[in-house]
Amino acid sequence: MTANTIKVDFRGRLGRFELNAQFELPARGVTAIFGPSGCGKSAVMRCIAGLNRMKTGFCSVAGDVWQDEKTFRPVHQRPIGYVFQEANLFPHLSVHRNLMYGYPGQAGVGAIAFDEVVALLGLEKLLERSPRNLSGGERQRVAIGRALLSQPKLLLMDEPLSALDQMTKDEILPYLERLHAALDLPILYISHDMAEVERLADQLVLMRSGGVIAAGLLTELQADLSLPLSVSRDAAVSLDATVIAQNEADGTATLAVPGGQFLVPAEPLRIGDSRRLRVLADDVSLAREQPSRSTIVNVLPAKILSIRSQSDHRVTALLGLGANGAGARLLSRVTERSWNELDLKTGLEVYVQVKGVALVRREPSA
Amino acid sequence: MTLSGDIWQPVRLTLELASLTTIILLLVGTPVAWWLARSKRWWKEAVAALVAIPLVLPPTVLGFYLLVALGPNGPGGLLASLWGARTLAFTFPGLVIGSVLFSMPFVVQPIRNAFDAMGDRPMEAAATLRASPWRAFWTVAVPLASPGFLTGAILGFAHTVGEFGVVLMIGGNIPGKTKVLSIAIYDYVETSQWAEASVLALGMVVFSFSVILAMMLIEKKVTRIAP
Repeated sequence: MTANTIKVDFRGRLGRFELNAQFELPARGVTAIFGPSGCGKSAVMRCIAGLNRMKTGFCSVAGDVWQDEKTFRPVHQRPIGYVFQEANLFPHLSVHRNLMYGYPGQAGVGAIAFDEVVALLGLEKLLERSPRNLSGGERQRVAIGRALLSQPKLLLMDEPLSALDQMTKDEILPYLERLHAALDLPILYISHDMAEVERLADQLVLMRSGGVIAAGLLTELQADLSLPLSVSRDAAVSLDATVIAQNEADGTATLAVPGGQFLVPAEPLRIGDSRRLRVLADDVSLAREQPSRSTIVNVLPAKILSIRSQSDHRVTALLGLGANGAGARLLSRVTERSWNELDLKTGLEVYVQVKGVALVRREPSA
Repeated sequence: MTLSGDIWQPVRLTLELASLTTIILLLVGTPVAWWLARSKRWWKEAVAALVAIPLVLPPTVLGFYLLVALGPNGPGGLLASLWGARTLAFTFPGLVIGSVLFSMPFVVQPIRNAFDAMGDRPMEAAATLRASPWRAFWTVAVPLASPGFLTGAILGFAHTVGEFGVVLMIGGNIPGKTKVLSIAIYDYVETSQWAEASVLALGMVVFSFSVILAMMLIEKKVTRIAP
């Protein structure tokens, strides 16, 4: 039943709040644990690692039970890699010896090879240095490498970028994307930054005040009007798209999603590559007829599937691309006034005008 | 001016006593310091206070209780009867026991501080890298706390060299067995052998100065290393 899934159930008091977190998700790709600061994200991750112990707890990964009523496997016997918020390198060891600390010795024909990790994370020039003389971003890269070389079956990352400035983040994110693409390793990734989640995650666990409010595919949860994501300031959907044409003359590319196509300004892309698009709800407006002339290039037929009214006199609508609404899901946020003026309602066929589409993931996902 | 008697005998004895005491203190004090730094039990500070008592207790008081404990009617006498002796008081092993108790806080405190300063994170990181608690202790905790070990060892050694009150109470003044430096100096002064006394006294001044200087240099190095 719990074949290749991560299944957790932790209940109890931990410090100042009550944790009551359950979810079960396939153990593959990147699963983001997302929620406001102090909602218990780190607590859940520490429980999975065995660093904290809940009296009432269950945790199994790929059919292996790490904790139940009778079992509590100690941290060092769980096949995990853990990347802390602060890199936590061993200051008395060189970068090279930090990397090798968890590397299995004699039987060590690891699936994740030293040279591979060093190349993946760009660590070649750092190996003989001391962690004291590394920048924040370099330290975090070494910490990721160290975790990978311990040959984990599950990589846990607790806000690995939050202690870094924006420039350093931008420097590390591509490495994380490459990791995702190059290794077949399930990753749990804590973040309170939706942009990071949209870029990296395939699945999402939404948390709030110690509890899990939803868990599932990122694309599906973003398009779920019952969840707080859909009314947040930067409500958006992520769409996994395929490059079908490259228009070098004007620097754009055409990407296909189920039920439609988007024209996106982009650096040269290879036809057939998959990329992730992000469309903000505020960037999608609705029209009853197809507009004849407009600077907005992405105008697509769609169907209104459901709506949610917000307290601030705005309406968020869930749309399905294509006249029958069976294609990819988009969110559109418009004012109540224009909603009523256009006499919009669920089930209606409309045109969506998409003002902005962002390419968020550069590397194709695995 | 000629120096009388074997002036070096007390020096040798003192160094033997201090070395042995320091080794025992590192072996016994390390687990105590680790427990004090890591335990979450509420009564651990009571244990810490117990270990620290010799800091404020008059050495003669400690010496008095040790004399009772090591004597023929105490546990020390019982232990001594195993090899046919009557008492541990006024013997070298008795001195070692007394010195260990008396210098304990000087070793435990710096090591505990070093373990405290390290925090939980390095040990957690080691555990997530598959290191058993035992391996993590030796490969992470001990190297990170090494300045604390060095400080503790130096202080424990120096403090044992300088002790007087406890030795006077439980050791007496047996040449080659319990007559250590501080007692010897006292003895030379009592018998007006000023030359011998001043050689030993000056030696102690130089020794103490070196110890304090070494401590300061270590401390400086530690502040530089601290991440």
